[in-house]
Amino acid sequence: MKNPEEIFELLKKEFGEIILGLDKDTPVDPIISVDPKHIQKVGAFLRDNEDFKFDNLMVLSGVDDANGTKTKDEDGMDTISGGTLSVYYHLHSTKLKHKITIKTSTYRENPEVESVYNVWRTSDWHEREAFDMFGIIFKNHPDLRRILMPYDWEAGFPLRKDYKNPEFYQGMKVPY
Amino acid sequence: MALKTETMVLNMGPQHPSTHGVLRLELEIEGELIISVKPHIGYLHRCFEKHAEAMTYPQVIPYTDRLDYLAAMGNNFGYVVAMEKLMGIQVPERVEYIRVIMAELQRIASHLVAIATNGADIGALTPFLYLFRDREYILSLFEMTCGARMLYNYMWIGGLSHDIHPDFVRKTKEFINHFRPTVVELNNLLTFNKIFIERTANIGVLPVDTAINFGASGPVLRGSGLAFDVRREDPYSIYNRLNFEIPTGKGLVGTVGDCWDRYYVRVLEMEQSLRIIEQLIDSIPEGDVQSAIPKRIKPPKGTVYARVENPRGELGYFIISDGNLNPFRVKVRAPSFVNLELMGELCKGHLVADVIAILGSLDIVLGEIDR
Repeated sequence: MKNPEEIFELLKKEFGEIILGLDKDTPVDPIISVDPKHIQKVGAFLRDNEDFKFDNLMVLSGVDDANGTKTKDEDGMDTISGGTLSVYYHLHSTKLKHKITIKTSTYRENPEVESVYNVWRTSDWHEREAFDMFGIIFKNHPDLRRILMPYDWEAGFPLRKDYKNPEFYQGMKVPY
Repeated sequence: MALKTETMVLNMGPQHPSTHGVLRLELEIEGELIISVKPHIGYLHRCFEKHAEAMTYPQVIPYTDRLDYLAAMGNNFGYVVAMEKLMGIQVPERVEYIRVIMAELQRIASHLVAIATNGADIGALTPFLYLFRDREYILSLFEMTCGARMLYNYMWIGGLSHDIHPDFVRKTKEFINHFRPTVVELNNLLTFNKIFIERTANIGVLPVDTAINFGASGPVLRGSGLAFDVRREDPYSIYNRLNFEIPTGKGLVGTVGDCWDRYYVRVLEMEQSLRIIEQLIDSIPEGDVQSAIPKRIKPPKGTVYARVENPRGELGYFIISDGNLNPFRVKVRAPSFVNLELMGELCKGHLVADVIAILGSLDIVLGEIDR
């Protein structure tokens, strides 16, 4: 059983620059930031290392940080450019009973994160959902397509903060 | 010269009585044998997470009811636990006691539906009627408490919407006395019924390593033999003070982790829920159930992930607050969503008729899968 500070120190020792920081300002759980290009390597280490044994990915969630420049169009809707999209991994070890939150941030314009499909199979549908809702591309995911929205939805990614509903979908009027 | 053979694709659903909602399974079959199963979901998608961003924190609670509509108390519970963790609210003892009693009653009601529909799907219609009769008793208890039978909006951040009815304690005890014998009846009628065992034993065997790697939780994981329960593992509310056992699959009539094990774990869990209610029902402390509700709900900046043991497994809420009156992001880790991923893995090499038994034993609710 390890606390987040110890986990951070051990990861930092193993991976160096890839581990970007530890955010202790949150009221509940500290968050470790990791480089999106190497998340798979870090995940495999966290799962297999004797000190960690994080065998259970509780949840993987995409988040739109909405920290870019906002411009208002004539309808008063925001359009965001620049900034980041993030993915949060909440891990738990069924053997050692400790928990940790990992976060990785990628660019809004070209959102690419390595898939952890090979590490935790749970991530299969969760990554598809994050792709569906935020447009985050998970590299090396074997079957990355929409999951909750219709397969032919072309109006963008609904949970982004600057998402706009289309006028029509398949000839049906969307705003009711 | 060999005969030319090819596989056939068969769509099960979206409108199929045994899919418990609107789910399409794309079956690739060779004769009766399953080659692969691909679930297609999203038919009930109603943008819960997008809606939540436009609501204030208390306004989200009625929406959580509609995720897993067979266990609405559990959904409320998860959300308020997450919010109270984020805001650091200490809840009065009386509220905790009532919450746990409600959550356990809800677990029994939900398991009754799971067991009943699992049986009904594979042809045992009689237990279905018996079990829905008993579930009605629980729904009446809820109706007496908060006026609603399915979607309660009962647990609020820091408290409850209503105090319990003066008759509640008496009627709950009546229910316990009435329900114990019906579990025995159920075992005679369905659990150890030869036909039911034939249909479920050794079907859809889930090894425990696969279950963990796929993130399975609840009766699906415990059916595979791992005693993992969030109530024990990561205790919330007052569960660390309560005595209860965690039933696991033992392979009593087949292999560990088969459909029958998952089914039987649910039967045993109902007994444990009764035990928990009995420990609490006579000693509910006095107090005001609304005294700790904040006037203005404005949590500090930050993130929280809290999980509770819902009847279907680990229900988690990941909430990000940016210090405003409405959440910046709410993500729900729905247990059925994760458990349904297993379909493809479990059905390989079985027959089409077994798909129904396996789906029934996973006990999914499409409301929380599609959100």
